[in-house]
Amino acid sequence: MTIKDSRRSKLIYTIAAWTISGMIFFPILWTLVTSFKTEAEAISASPSLFAFDWTLENYRDVLSRSPYFNHFWNSVVISLGSSLLGLLIAVPAAWSMAFVQTKKTKHLLMWMLSTKMLPPVGVLIPIYLLFRDFALLDTKLGLVIVMTVINLPIMVWMLYTYFREIPNEILEASRMDGATIGEEIFHVLLPIALPGIASTLLLNVILSWNEAFWTLILTAANAAPLTAFIASYSSPEGLFYAKLSAASAMAIVPILILGWFSQKQLVRGLSFGAVK
Amino acid sequence: MATTNSRTLARFMLLPSVILLLAWMIVPLCMTLYFSFIDYNLLVPGDKEFVGFLNYEFFLTDPAFFESFFNTLYLVTGVLLITICGGIGLAILLDQAIWGRNYVRIMVLAPFFVMPTVSALVWKNMLMNPVNGLFAHFAIWLGFEPIDFFAQMPLFSIIIIVSWQWLPFAALILLTAIQSLDREQLEAADLDGAGPFSKFFYIVLPHLSRAVTAVILIETIFLLSIFAEILVTTSGGPGYSSTNITYLIYTQSLLQFDVGGGSAGGIVAVIIANIVAIFLMRLIGKNLEG
Amino acid sequence: MGSITLKQVTKNFDEVNVIKPLDLEIKDGEFIVFVGPSGCGKSTLLRMIAGLEDTTSGNIEIDGIDATKTPPAKRGLAMVFQSYALYPHMTVRNNIAFPLKRAKVSPAEIESKIANAAKILNLTDYLDRKPGQLSGGQRQRVAIGRAIVRQPSAFLFDEPLSNLDASLRVNMRLEISELHKSLATTMIYVTHDQVEAMTMADRIAVFNAGIIEQVGTPLELYKNPVNKFVAGFIGSPKMNFIDAPQNEDANVSCIGIRPEHITLSTEQGTWAGTVGVIEHLGSESFLHINIEGKGTVTVKADGDCPLKYGDSIYLTAPANKVLKFDNNGLTIR
Repeated sequence: MTIKDSRRSKLIYTIAAWTISGMIFFPILWTLVTSFKTEAEAISASPSLFAFDWTLENYRDVLSRSPYFNHFWNSVVISLGSSLLGLLIAVPAAWSMAFVQTKKTKHLLMWMLSTKMLPPVGVLIPIYLLFRDFALLDTKLGLVIVMTVINLPIMVWMLYTYFREIPNEILEASRMDGATIGEEIFHVLLPIALPGIASTLLLNVILSWNEAFWTLILTAANAAPLTAFIASYSSPEGLFYAKLSAASAMAIVPILILGWFSQKQLVRGLSFGAVK
Repeated sequence: MATTNSRTLARFMLLPSVILLLAWMIVPLCMTLYFSFIDYNLLVPGDKEFVGFLNYEFFLTDPAFFESFFNTLYLVTGVLLITICGGIGLAILLDQAIWGRNYVRIMVLAPFFVMPTVSALVWKNMLMNPVNGLFAHFAIWLGFEPIDFFAQMPLFSIIIIVSWQWLPFAALILLTAIQSLDREQLEAADLDGAGPFSKFFYIVLPHLSRAVTAVILIETIFLLSIFAEILVTTSGGPGYSSTNITYLIYTQSLLQFDVGGGSAGGIVAVIIANIVAIFLMRLIGKNLEG
Repeated sequence: MGSITLKQVTKNFDEVNVIKPLDLEIKDGEFIVFVGPSGCGKSTLLRMIAGLEDTTSGNIEIDGIDATKTPPAKRGLAMVFQSYALYPHMTVRNNIAFPLKRAKVSPAEIESKIANAAKILNLTDYLDRKPGQLSGGQRQRVAIGRAIVRQPSAFLFDEPLSNLDASLRVNMRLEISELHKSLATTMIYVTHDQVEAMTMADRIAVFNAGIIEQVGTPLELYKNPVNKFVAGFIGSPKMNFIDAPQNEDANVSCIGIRPEHITLSTEQGTWAGTVGVIEHLGSESFLHINIEGKGTVTVKADGDCPLKYGDSIYLTAPANKVLKFDNNGLTIR
C-alpha cells in the first residue's frame, strides 16, 4: 500500500466514523440546541440547527417554575452519598479479598456479583412495604441505602481488581517496617490505590445518578432526584420541547462530563472484569 | 497466605458488605416468596389466606403474562441484535487510524451517560412525535406520511431507544477487546496471504467471542429489567403491546395493589434472570481463575 | 544481637505439609544462605521467621526469646523483597524514612540516618526521586537502605537479585557481602542460585522438599556432600553421576565426579567416549562427552582445548575425588 492509498483510506474511514458517530450523538446535540430555542422555533416544521435566536429563557423558566434545584440537590445527595457510603463499606471488603485470599474468597466474590443479577421486581414489594413501614418512602436516606446496596457488588469488584494489581510484597514490606494495620492502609494502600478508588467513585456516582427503577418507585415530590423529576415531563407538559430540553440538558450535562472522564473504568466496572 | 491475625481481621472487614447484601437479597426474597403463596391485596383488608400456587396459576395463565413474556423476549433479543452487530461495526471502525478519534469516541459513548428518562422523553417527543417530531418533519419533507411510532409500533420504538442507549456500551467493550488483539497475529495472517474477510472471520471474530458473550450476558441482565423507558413512553400500551415482565409486575403490585400476584410474578422473573445469571457467572468465574 | 533459633518448626498450607519438623541455629553476625530448588520451602521458612506466615508448630526464638507469635512489626527484623517492594508513591527519602517514622524516631535523627544510608549506598543524588525513575540496581539499593536504617537484629533477603541482569547481579552480590562485613549483622539470604550461595555465605542450608538436607560452609558442602541431592545441587557445572562400575561394592549404586576433576587423554583412561558439543568460554571449556552405555558426561577443560566434535577421547578421575552413593542416595564414606 502506498502512502497516498493509506491517506485515502484514512480519509474514508474518518468520514464514515464522523458520520456515524454524529448520528449517534445527534439526539443529545438536538436536545442541547433546542434548549436555547423559543417554544415556537422548537416545533417549527422547518427546524434549524444553528440559525435561530438563541435564548436562555427556557433555563430561567425551568429554574423558576419548578423546584429544579431541589431535585438536582436530591440527585447530588443520593448519588454522592451512596457512593461515599459504599466506598466506606467496600474498601475493607475489597482489602480482605485481595490481600487475605482463602479458598472461599472466589465464591464470596461470585455471590456478591450474583446479588447484582437479582431482578429488582423480585424484591419490589417487600422493599416497598418495608420502606412504607419504616417511613423511608420518599426520603433521601431511603434512596441512599438502596443505591448503596445495589451498587455495592460493583464497587467491591472494581476495588478488588485494583487492589489485586498492588503487589502483596509492598504491604508486607510496610508490616516489616513496623507499620500497624491502620498505617498500612492509610500510608501505603490508599495512596497507591487512589486512582482506582477515584474511578470507582466516579462510575458509581454516574450509575446512581442515572438509576431509574427505584428512584421512580420509591420517591414522590419530596425526595425525587432528576430521573424522577424528568419523568414528570411525560405528561402533556413534555410537549413544551424547549423547556423539556432545558431541563434534560441540566440533568445530563454534568454526568456526561464525568462520564467522559471515566470511559476506561466503565469497561472494567460494568463487565465485572470479563473484558480487560 | 497470611497469618491468623490478618485472617481474623479480614473476616471482620468483610462483615458489613456481607450482612448488607444478605439483608438485601435474602430477607426481601423470602418475603416475596411468602407473599406469593398468600391472598394479599393492599386494597382489601382482611385475612391473608394461604392459597398455594393459585397466584402462580393466575399469573402464568394470564394472557397478559404471555404477551409480556414475548415482549420481553423481543425487547431483549432485538436490542442485543442491534447493539452487538452495530457494536462490532463501530468497534472495527474506531480501531482504524482516523482523524479526531478521541472526539468520535466521546460522541459514540455519550448516549450511555444519558439518564433513561431523559433519553426516552427526548426520543418520544422531539424525534418520534408524529406531529412535531423531527422524524415527522423529515418524512413530510421527503413526501411521506409521518409514522406514529408509539401507536403503530410501540415495542419497536422502545427497542430503538434502548438500543441507542446500549450501543455505546457494546461498542466500547468490543473496542477494548479488539485493541487487545495481538497485532502480530494480523501481521502473520498478512504474510500467510489472508484477505480482510478471512482475517475478520478467522482472527478478529474468534478473538471477540469472549467479549461478545460478556456483552450479551451483561446487557441481558439489565434489559430484562427495563422499566423507566416504558413508563415514560407508552406506559405499557396500547393494551399490553409494550409491557414487559418487569412492567407487568409493577402494574400488578403497585397500581392494582395485588401483592400476592405481583410476588408470584417477581419469583418468576427471578427464575428467568437466574438462568441468564448462571451463564454469566460461569464466564466471570473462568476469568477469575486466569 | 541477632541469633535466631528454630526448634521443630513446621508449616502446613491447608492440609499440605510444606515444612517438616526442622531445627536450625543461626548465630549472631552470621551470613546464612537458604538454597534449594523452587518450591522447597526456603522462602516459606524465611517468611515464617519474618512473621509474615504463621508457624504451624514449633518455636522461633530471636535472641533467646520466643517470637513465634510476635507480629512482624515487633520482631526487629528487616526484609528485602524480590520485587524490592518500594512504596511507589513516596520518594526515595520517604521510602527510607518510612520505618523510622513508624518507630517514632525524631526528625533530626531521621535526616542524619537517611544521609548516612544514602552515602553508603550511593543514593545521595536520587533521594528526591520516586522509585519509578530509578534503575533496577538503584531500586535494590533503596530497598537495602530502607532495611539498614532501622538497625535490625537481622536482615532477611528473599531472592533479592533475581530481577537484575547478570552483570549487575555480580556487583550487587559484592555490595551485599561488603555490607555484611561492615555491619556484622546476621543475614539470612534465600536464593535458588547456588553460585550466589557459594560466593556469599558463611554457612549454607540446602533445602529440598521441606527439609534441610545439609548445613555447612560452602567448602564443606562442595567437598563432603551428605547425599546425591546436595552433591548435584552445589557446584557448577553440575556433578556427573555415572552408574557404578562392575568392580565396586554391591551397595554402591552410583558414583559422582565433578567436571573439574576429570582428566582427558587421547591414549588411555577409565572410560572411552566421543566428544559432543564443546562450549568455549575463553578461560575454560565445557565438553559434553558421550560414553558408550553410560550417557553424557560434562568435563571442564582448559580454554584452548584442541578437541573437536566427534573426536575419540579417554576420561580418568582420581579415586579420592570420586564420591560413592548407595541405593538411598546417601554418600558412602
